[in-house]
Amino acid sequence: MKVTFPHMGNLYIPVKTFFENLGVEVIVPPPCSKKTLELGVKYSPEFACLPLKINIGNFIEALEMGADTIVMAGGIGPCRFGYYSEVQREILRDLGYKFNMIVLDPPQGHFMDLVKKLLAITNKKSFRQISLAGRLAWAKALLLDELDKMASAIRPVELNRGETDAIYKNALEQISKAESEQELLGVRREILERMAEIKKDPDKLPVKIGLVGEIYTVLEPFVNLFVERQLGELGAAVERSIYITEWVRENLLPSFLKPKEHGQVLKLAEPYIRCFVGGHGQESIAQIVKYSREGFDGVIHLLPFTCMPEIVAKSTIPSVARIHSIPVMTLVLDEHSAEAGVRTRLEAFVDLIRQKKEEKSCDRVLSGN
Amino acid sequence: MRIGIPRALLYYNYYPFWKIFFESLGHEVVLSSPTNKKILKDGLESTVDDACLPVKVFHGHVIDLINTVDAVFIPRIISVESGEFICPKFLGLPDMIRNSVAGLPRIIDCELSLYRNKTGFMEHAIRVGRLLGNSTQEALRAYLLASSKYNSYKKFRVKNGRLPIDEGDKSFFEVTAPDYSKYKDGSFKFNVLVLGHPYNIYDRYVSMNLIKKLQDFGAKIITPEIIPERNISAGAKKLNKKLFWTLGKNILGSAYYYMDNCKLDGIVHVASFGCGPDSLVGELLERKVSRDYSLPFLYLNLDEHAGEEGFNTRLEAFVDILERRRCGESNVSSHG
Ligand code: SF4
Ligand code: SF4
Repeated sequence: MKVTFPHMGNLYIPVKTFFENLGVEVIVPPPCSKKTLELGVKYSPEFACLPLKINIGNFIEALEMGADTIVMAGGIGPCRFGYYSEVQREILRDLGYKFNMIVLDPPQGHFMDLVKKLLAITNKKSFRQISLAGRLAWAKALLLDELDKMASAIRPVELNRGETDAIYKNALEQISKAESEQELLGVRREILERMAEIKKDPDKLPVKIGLVGEIYTVLEPFVNLFVERQLGELGAAVERSIYITEWVRENLLPSFLKPKEHGQVLKLAEPYIRCFVGGHGQESIAQIVKYSREGFDGVIHLLPFTCMPEIVAKSTIPSVARIHSIPVMTLVLDEHSAEAGVRTRLEAFVDLIRQKKEEKSCDRVLSGN
Repeated sequence: MRIGIPRALLYYNYYPFWKIFFESLGHEVVLSSPTNKKILKDGLESTVDDACLPVKVFHGHVIDLINTVDAVFIPRIISVESGEFICPKFLGLPDMIRNSVAGLPRIIDCELSLYRNKTGFMEHAIRVGRLLGNSTQEALRAYLLASSKYNSYKKFRVKNGRLPIDEGDKSFFEVTAPDYSKYKDGSFKFNVLVLGHPYNIYDRYVSMNLIKKLQDFGAKIITPEIIPERNISAGAKKLNKKLFWTLGKNILGSAYYYMDNCKLDGIVHVASFGCGPDSLVGELLERKVSRDYSLPFLYLNLDEHAGEEGFNTRLEAFVDILERRRCGESNVSSHG
């Protein structure tokens, strides 16, 4: 059995570790590329949301490399994600691929179900072995999130452009290779050191931007046109509303492991969106309010074209931005979005918020006098 | 109180219930006008541009009601069947309206959820009644009356093949003559299954009069609204995984049931531009039809720019195929 799964940011690293430690052969699809997108667009329904299409591209590329088992997350609605697997299976089947698809539905009360499915994939390894493999994978996921946060804080102030990204890339490899939690600790120490050594430009004052929106587009740099890196280059420190460990918690772990703060953050959205609207629609709004309170200079809201929960969010954003006086720029992504076109918009946005920030600090100085 | 009900979205499913309910509580019910150019335009202008057409149309209907009513009824519809949803936009509909439409009167946006709660409809009705200043008892009485009448309406609809489609300015509920009165039994040339969300297929303006046009071609129209629920469920059971969108389930359930159990000459699937669920449901439907059945299939995507001419041409081409197949069949039988 050769297992594959769709890409979503760096998620492939912990997932690969997890399966390999259980003795399962893994075929990681090639990183998302133009070819992935083309394949996905060609074979997916025209009006499906972008993540479904990229998944299809990933699957085709992996199946071509010999994968025979697809592991895919599921869901029970209300959003399309929960039915992706059904449509994807049909598409791939009609293309003539032979494969088995294992769908991990969110374990709302079915945690044992998830474990059973994992036992089946992993050839009946014991629960203990599964949890051991899970621990290392989880430690990697945590470190990856930490790495992302570090990189996006340093990128805007680095003296030599590209230095952070070089270290970042190397760090990914190291994390991916680490075979034990012990080893991972060493890797972490090294990453911290190297990040600390990056020369900073004292004249650069970064603006702070929060990144909110649909989960997949926030997490997968290829799809969001590397918005974090782009913003970093433009001098913005970026904080994301979601990191992979949170996604795993939300989608694959039982609810008692979910962080408690979540509910409180959501309350911030209530004046605008009063209840759950699927996906992260309500979260997006809550996060915008939160970022505004935390003194961020601006927010970028990402969504795939026709994304339902985020369209609900989008329609309330003008009020939210006005009431909390925080600039918000919405970026709708589809297969035609291009890095260059978006760059101009990002530049304009960063200029705008920088100006605003300077005005504000002027005001403060004046009123201080 | 004058309560406005937008003639859009789930109006086509629940209007009879709401009308009887509000009236028996002593309120007046005001319907927005049937969809027209102005309503569509107002909707397009007030809604975020990437929203689906039906949600835009709904915004237009709310605007149409603004100066004529004391309150607009925009329930937050989470779920109308156990374990199912309609779609994320229904969950956020009152929020979208509040943030996009200016000068709104009061909005009645009580939640309706039958997701895990069999008595959800009753609780919803009582909440609405209380919000309007009625007592729990009054609301309960109105609920019981409305739901019994609503249920008999639904039975009548299924038994008589009565489609919930407006006649002129009248709501479908006020039109009592059965749709097919002008056709005699056996005078239909084909059986056509028209699948789509009720607010797409029954809105004459948005659907460019699809149903009437097909009827004029001699088609007997079958839609999920006149198929017994148990048949829809039986059809939906053939799905590999439970479909959690009620309207999508009705579409696939009807198709899967009918294709196997009834005489059918063609299927029309009506989707709307920007609809999330339609994009997946339509894909599953189309693949199933083309893989396992050899049935003429017409896919129509309604969008605000669609011209009627192109629409008619496609419809005629589809009917041509049906005609040809009909002749082909009779040839076979007359020779065989
Ligand atoms: S959240 Fe958006 S992108 Fe994700 S499945 Fe739903 S509609 Fe598609
Ligand atoms: S089901 Fe489709 S058409 Fe209906 S509101 Fe949702 S997205 Fe729009």
